[in-house]
Amino acid sequence: MAGKSVRGPVLIAALRKELLLQWRSRAQFMAVFVFGAAALLLFSFAVGPVAEMLRQFSAGFLWLGLLLSSTLTLAESFHAEMENRALEGLLLLPANPRALYYGKAIANWLQLILLGIALVPVMVVLYDAGTTHIGQLVLVIALGTAGLSAPGTLYAAMTAQVRSKQTLLPLLLFPLIVPALLASVKATSLTILGDPMNQSSAWIILLVAFDAIYWSLCGLLFSRVVEE
Amino acid sequence: MKRNLFWLAIVLLAAAVYFGLLVTVADQYLGADLSLGLPVVARTLIAFLGGLVALVLIIVADDFGNLKRPKTLAAAGILFLLIGSYFGLFVAPPEQFMGETQRIMYVHVPTAWFALVAMTLALASAVVFLFGGDYDWDARMEASIEVGVVLAFLLCCQGAIWAKPTWGVWWDWDPRLTTTAVLLFAFLGILALRKFSEEPHKRAMWSAVATIIAYVDVPIVYFSVKWWNSLHQQQSNPNTVSKPFWIPLRANAFGILLLMTAFIMLRARVAALRLKHELAPPPALTDAEMGETV
Repeated sequence: MAGKSVRGPVLIAALRKELLLQWRSRAQFMAVFVFGAAALLLFSFAVGPVAEMLRQFSAGFLWLGLLLSSTLTLAESFHAEMENRALEGLLLLPANPRALYYGKAIANWLQLILLGIALVPVMVVLYDAGTTHIGQLVLVIALGTAGLSAPGTLYAAMTAQVRSKQTLLPLLLFPLIVPALLASVKATSLTILGDPMNQSSAWIILLVAFDAIYWSLCGLLFSRVVEE
Repeated sequence: MKRNLFWLAIVLLAAAVYFGLLVTVADQYLGADLSLGLPVVARTLIAFLGGLVALVLIIVADDFGNLKRPKTLAAAGILFLLIGSYFGLFVAPPEQFMGETQRIMYVHVPTAWFALVAMTLALASAVVFLFGGDYDWDARMEASIEVGVVLAFLLCCQGAIWAKPTWGVWWDWDPRLTTTAVLLFAFLGILALRKFSEEPHKRAMWSAVATIIAYVDVPIVYFSVKWWNSLHQQQSNPNTVSKPFWIPLRANAFGILLLMTAFIMLRARVAALRLKHELAPPPALTDAEMGETV
């Protein structure tokens, strides 16, 4: 981060750094996508080749696939900082750790949105779950992944530093994001299967509330997590 | 100062037991009026607040010293549970619609109250630790989380046992049941985090942060599951619970309160002792060992 970027707001600099890291490790993104797609393929074996039932459960499968692959993405985001004690170096910079957190959380969020959008065609093909409300589907994916990324990034900062990190991140994250998962599945399901009673707006409001609470709370608490 | 707090708590507890339990027992079985002219609402409030404030005061006043207090409290708790179970199983009449099944309410409802109280205590300890940095509160947080997890687990088991004859299924996706299960897993995760992190300062900070985050989730989970699906009984309150049912319910509530307080005190001692070991400097080398290293 030399040169002119230092003059810009710290958040932009932190975000740029994360996005650059993600771009340079884009093979990781492909691997996570293939993992998610494979999960979607496997879920159908749990139900059997009944097209109608697969369509019924498609939203749930999409979000479970996204949730499982998100733990890989989130865990990876602090992996690089643990090498050569890079995190300590970052904290020594005259910058608020909060900016560091939001940089990472936004970068993770963008990557998860991309992952979610990439998994939609897989879902459409495998479960015959197409929809014409593309805008609403993308909105739900964006809000749902925001709910995964805010607490996920915070927990990744903790679990990257302990033994058995692979187990601990899902263990902490999964119970917490139950409301976000529930709302995302419901809203996606209503988008795909039709929404005569216009219920999806209630679920979208719940998602917005969840996101607002955790994006602010996690940002407030992050400095306590990384302080020495 | 701390000594006075403890005895103040005991006085509050005695008042709570008197107005919450003894007055009702005397009214029901002796025909005597011990209420000192206080209306039911005031008595219920004294019993409720007295018990809670006493719990907080005892925890705050505890300096992880002698074992006499927690042991005495535990013994008193077991006594109350025995009294409550006797009244609940043999004295109170069966409920009109649910019959004998309803008797599980006498442990189920107090367990639910105090599971939530233990988790709230964990939240309070987490906040106090984050702002004050006093490791005593870290020990209290660990103890409250662990006791809360045990109570939440018992709550899920009792709920399942009650649901089978009543609803015909072991599990139902009702808001309270689901929230309890989510809460159980969230706090189990925090205990796992504590187990896996070796550095005391980071462990304390992280679990305090995780406790706050998990606790904030409780109302959100509750309302989201409520929108999603609902079938549970309406909550009971003193107006919907008939008087003969009060005695076992409240005796058990005091029993679980005392037992929980004692368990938190004992578990906090374990946590504080472990922390003392971790923070202690390594033992000085003897001359012989110095010779070996050189």
